[in-house]
Amino acid sequence: MLLFALRRLLLAIPLLLGITFVSFIVIHLAPGEPVPGGEEDLGRQLPKEVVEKIRELYGLDKPLHVQYWNWLTRVVRLDFGKSFQPDGRPVLTKIRERLPITLFLNVVELIIIVALAVPIGVLSATRQYSTFDKVTTLFVFVGFATPDFWLALLLMILFGVQLGWLPISGLRSLNWEYLSFWQQQWDFLSHLILPIAVVTFGGLAGLSRYMRQSMLETVRQDYVQTARAKGLSEGTVIGKHALRNALLPVVTVLGLSLPGLIGGSVIIESIFAIPGMGLLMVQGVFARDYPLIMGNLVIVATLTLFANLFADITYGLVDPRIRLGGRRRR
Amino acid sequence: MGRGRLVALALAGFAALLTGCGPDSASLVEEPSVGAGAPAHGDTFIEATIGDIAGLIPNITSDGASHEVGNMIYDGLVKADKDLNFVGAMAESWEFSSDCLELTWKLKRNIKWHDGHPFTAEDVLFTYQAMINPKTPTAYKEDFLAVKSAEVVDPYTFRVRYTRPLAKAVQSWSMWMLPKHLLEKYVADGKLKESPENSRPVGTGPYRFQEWKSGEKVVLVSNNEYYEGRPYLGRVVYRVIPNQGTIFLELKAKGVDLASLTAIQYARQTEYPAFRKAFRKYRYPSSAYTYFGFNLKDPRFADRRVRQAFAHAIDKQELMEGVLMGLAREATGPIRPGSWAYTNKVTRYEYSPAKAKALLAEAGWKDSGDGVLRDKDGKAFSFTIRTNQGNEERKKVAEILQQRLAAIGVKTEIQVIEWASFIKEFIKKKRFEAVVLGWGVGTDPDQYSVWHSSQMGPDQLNQISYANPEVDQLLEEGRASCQQQERIKYYHRFQEVLAEDQPLVFLYFRDALPVVSSRVQGIQPAPSGIFYNFIQWYVPKQVQRYTSG
Repeated sequence: MLLFALRRLLLAIPLLLGITFVSFIVIHLAPGEPVPGGEEDLGRQLPKEVVEKIRELYGLDKPLHVQYWNWLTRVVRLDFGKSFQPDGRPVLTKIRERLPITLFLNVVELIIIVALAVPIGVLSATRQYSTFDKVTTLFVFVGFATPDFWLALLLMILFGVQLGWLPISGLRSLNWEYLSFWQQQWDFLSHLILPIAVVTFGGLAGLSRYMRQSMLETVRQDYVQTARAKGLSEGTVIGKHALRNALLPVVTVLGLSLPGLIGGSVIIESIFAIPGMGLLMVQGVFARDYPLIMGNLVIVATLTLFANLFADITYGLVDPRIRLGGRRRR
Repeated sequence: MGRGRLVALALAGFAALLTGCGPDSASLVEEPSVGAGAPAHGDTFIEATIGDIAGLIPNITSDGASHEVGNMIYDGLVKADKDLNFVGAMAESWEFSSDCLELTWKLKRNIKWHDGHPFTAEDVLFTYQAMINPKTPTAYKEDFLAVKSAEVVDPYTFRVRYTRPLAKAVQSWSMWMLPKHLLEKYVADGKLKESPENSRPVGTGPYRFQEWKSGEKVVLVSNNEYYEGRPYLGRVVYRVIPNQGTIFLELKAKGVDLASLTAIQYARQTEYPAFRKAFRKYRYPSSAYTYFGFNLKDPRFADRRVRQAFAHAIDKQELMEGVLMGLAREATGPIRPGSWAYTNKVTRYEYSPAKAKALLAEAGWKDSGDGVLRDKDGKAFSFTIRTNQGNEERKKVAEILQQRLAAIGVKTEIQVIEWASFIKEFIKKKRFEAVVLGWGVGTDPDQYSVWHSSQMGPDQLNQISYANPEVDQLLEEGRASCQQQERIKYYHRFQEVLAEDQPLVFLYFRDALPVVSSRVQGIQPAPSGIFYNFIQWYVPKQVQRYTSG
């Protein structure tokens, strides 16, 4: 097992290198440059020498492979460079500023989704074609089909403008510093209710349907039949024997959603004015802020690789039938 | 960006539905009636900005939000007044030598940086040196590179010499002045971006910096020692809200005090009593126009009659109605309406498909009976109109143009391309036939870089390859004089020639549509807009909403 993990870890290194290399090339091939004056109406004009000077300053005058090598040698020392944007702050600082809120939101959303989707899935499976099954199916599909920006605006109009119960956007009220500790917590929380509600509603369908499907398959298995035949209560049959096995594929899916946790959603973040990773990345792309884009990419790529590895290992752990190592090639 | 706009549109439809019925926005009604109370200090003013600021030294940024915040923290030697004339800001007065080559500035005394250090001519010299330093990544070097020498005569007198007379000289010194005592070593090392002042700026402007939370907000507090008097509004907060729809909802919920409306919001969604009571809407021409341009290297467009015909074929009123609900003004030329150089006594092209067809026939494009114009070899008149992605307005303009041109027998295709590729692949390589684009115009009428025939290179701005010896001469004379009375003549003639020539069809100047909370008093709309007297805006004591430090 350890050997397997180690080998996979080693294999991940060339893979990561490949990912960064291809991304680096593609990003630099896209038209546009991080040189000032490229603004919307071409209003500014810089003398050629000045542009050259600035490109030199950013190291953009060198051939692409040299630029990549320079970037790589810095990154292995965990130096992601400084943003090309006028604030010129280190890429890591910028990411560190934005990461917590995105991570927090996504983790909370994921927990709520799992906590709701698993019971919904199990119940609709065990009561297949019942009214409950039909209603939840309808509900989750409506959630799945509703564009989240539209739902967000509806909720904002209702709770923010009409009723005035919840703040519309942002993370904190302007008078936040003047509130007591508990008021501060409530203020922060109340800003998060709408975005979390919107994302959760939209994300329920996938997982709950998955859970339902997996459960339906499991309850038809012989060992479930056996458990019933032994005279175990329905609760034990479903809760203990069936659920465990039905959860297997769901765990895999969850593992793969881990890298998404730090990605952040541009649509949700821009609608609710949440300063998260999604907006940071998009802003970086528009500004052709190469160090920022690459820094972000490396982190997401690394996490994806780790999540894959993690999913594989846990899979082996929870399902002894799957043997790792040995002659298995992947 | 494109997505943001889409969202705004979707919302527009929905909100229109809502306002039509029911007790909309009950929260807006309970505002105490706002009388004209006495000017009072205090309160917090909240502005929505769609993009985060890029940095706090505006000289090295090029986005609107950074400049807006920068204008509050920093001052220049001059500024534009309500009628778009330049008046002294930190300069007491200025004087040109008789040959227009030497410009001497007298600075106001007793101006202090926010850290208490006095502002002197040394700072002016330093700012100039910082701007021309090759290691300073600024987009605004051009006017300063024209300076031959600069010297500090005494602490309150500063003198510059130019190689050639530069009419824009005065305007160029509206550049934000930077503190020498704090930034000198960073500029020398080319590390202006990394200076602590880029995150904690020190300026001489009416507001001091307090806080910047990236992606969230910028907070400024009034500079009580400001040399033009203490601003009334105690605190100004810029809230970053990256979505036009959300800004509008925050406005309705009174979460922000100032925002720019879209045309549809202005015309359709804010005309109900509660909104009218809580906010005041303003409308004045902006400094950007939209145009229908042609590649003049293309022989079809090189013929002036063809361009004039297109001007006749377009119904500008319909265009402005269709695209901006009429919230725009017809453009007759490239000079900003309301500024001293502007004239509208130029050739106009009324909407007349008949005239358009006649002009095209004269130019050799005839309708052979099937409604399609062809040249003598039977080749149909057809071309592609290109515009950039993410701008719904321009796309709509292109669509209306397409329809109007089809009506006179000219077939067009529309292609919408991402901005950077558009510039690189089509504009710079001059591989385009026609475009719908816009120009932002400055307060000074000098537009040498856009219209002079020497500016046709791939990285230059005369992208349509316009060459007219008379215009060249007028531009040269216009920029070489420092006498406004004399320059007026050149620029009036310049506008006449352009209107006659129609190197591109000038369509319209979009209106700026800001909306401000009605508790704020002291706003006096003028040709330059409403922001020129921001430090005199105030909220009467009884309607102040926030306590501020």
